[in-house]
Amino acid sequence: MAYFFALGGYALAMHTNLQLPEGQMPEFFMLYGVSDLPIFWKPFASFPFTAIAIFTVPAIIAGLLGYLIFRNRIRGVYFSILTQAALIVFFNFFNGQQKLINGTNGLKTDTETMFGVLMSSPEAQIAFFRASVLLLVGGYLLCRWLTSGRFGRLLIAIRDDESRVRFSGYDPTGFKVLVFAISGALAGISGALYTAQSGIITPSAMEVSTSIEMVIWVAVGGRATLVGAVIGTLLVSYARTFLSEEFPAVWLFFQGALFLIVVTALPDGIMGLIRDQLWPFIQNRLGLTPVVAFPSLVDPEVEYEHQQLESEEKS
Amino acid sequence: MSKILEIENLTVSFDGFKALNNLNFSMEAGELRTIIGPNGAGKTTFLDIITGKVQPTEGTVTFKGRNLAKMSEHAIARFGVGRKFQTPRVYLNLTPRENLELSCNRTKNVLGSLFRKQSSGERRTIAGLLETIGLVAKADIEAGLLSHGEKQWLEIGMLVAQSPDLLLVDEPVAGLTDEETFQTAELLNSLAQSHSIIVIEHDMEFVREIARQVTVLHQGTVLCEGDMDSVQSDPRVIEVYLGHSDDEEEAA
Repeated sequence: MAYFFALGGYALAMHTNLQLPEGQMPEFFMLYGVSDLPIFWKPFASFPFTAIAIFTVPAIIAGLLGYLIFRNRIRGVYFSILTQAALIVFFNFFNGQQKLINGTNGLKTDTETMFGVLMSSPEAQIAFFRASVLLLVGGYLLCRWLTSGRFGRLLIAIRDDESRVRFSGYDPTGFKVLVFAISGALAGISGALYTAQSGIITPSAMEVSTSIEMVIWVAVGGRATLVGAVIGTLLVSYARTFLSEEFPAVWLFFQGALFLIVVTALPDGIMGLIRDQLWPFIQNRLGLTPVVAFPSLVDPEVEYEHQQLESEEKS
Repeated sequence: MSKILEIENLTVSFDGFKALNNLNFSMEAGELRTIIGPNGAGKTTFLDIITGKVQPTEGTVTFKGRNLAKMSEHAIARFGVGRKFQTPRVYLNLTPRENLELSCNRTKNVLGSLFRKQSSGERRTIAGLLETIGLVAKADIEAGLLSHGEKQWLEIGMLVAQSPDLLLVDEPVAGLTDEETFQTAELLNSLAQSHSIIVIEHDMEFVREIARQVTVLHQGTVLCEGDMDSVQSDPRVIEVYLGHSDDEEEAA
């Protein structure tokens, strides 16, 4: 996901870097002796184009990559390895292309302007923060919609037993590609917002460690839940900010430890903990829980008969 | 009646090992056919071929007059072949009702799944199916909580929901109690009235219960075909099942 994140970031940064008087070029081009703006930069001068490109470019690339991967039925560990390998390819490409996108130095946005407002000014930052919150809600609702209903059930089915889905007459490839493309688009949008608020995008946003960090967010929050991903991201990022300021040296150890703890002790993350431990505990304390036996002592068939009898008595 | 399935000179080899060897098979529309055979006879490979999971090395498979080579699994499934696996394969995290809905759905592309609402006809079909497979009371609990037998039936229900022309049922009574076996036989017999069915089974009692025509597979090829009695009294079948391999070797 990290390269889709970075792609969105770069798209926005290119736009802000192009907010220049007519005929001028971003400064770094001079350093490498580039006199003509590379072609792919040109459309990014327009805001509507940039705004659309922020999510469509990552979505299209994710869709193509996803199609190649899923059509060949690459799954599980091999899928992870492949995406990480693709990440390294992207990283090396962005890192090495000084003349195209300023290589390893990345693109700065904090000294640039957008709509004539300095990116690092408080007004712009507040606007971006609001946009982030709104888009987070929007992204959450989109995912909620996708995972509910028939499409969502089909995704569960594909996760649980892909070949069964195939023998029921569905082609899982299209579904997986669509989901991969949407997640690419969401990553692109978040990358753009991140860039706007952190002031710079560099190829380090595509390092494998960034990608793993994203996995940690989800793992901490709780896999297979949407809220979990949000909570995990907020918590881990806050911890990262706090710890890396207080103890810059140990932050990475802490991150590693966190991942190990979550994977071994809390496989379902915080949401899993709340759902399985905390919530029953609270219910218990409040005396709300009926005694639950597993397997259920109340046979559904017996229950059904009871209901039948009751309705017969009524009528 | 016309032939619904015709298989000619079919050979499948995995790295030189011939799982199926020059097999010829055909069946009429509306027939209930049972396939038996010792372990390793190629029964499951036979189903893999029809459903497109494995491609034939040689020979052709014709279903409803169309050659199935080069068709992918989901295309064959949409074309009218439903398959039940040896171990019950249902979606454990969905309820039986949702399991049936996914199979019953007619528009199996991405957009249809996103935007199309379930029709009332589909809802009625599903309610009827839940009745047939006896899972009305458990329709809305997770399928993972069902017993083994109930999962088997749910999977058969999912096949029927696809409304295929041909049902392939791989060992439907493995691990079931006698009563469940009997009920499964009844279920298949009633399904046979409106579908063509191929059943693969080891349980001879069960085969006797449902079988009209039996095909015996041995070492990847058809050993003999006929009704249950003639097959059971066929000396070659007895030899294969009881194993007179010593004599065979001597003869060879």
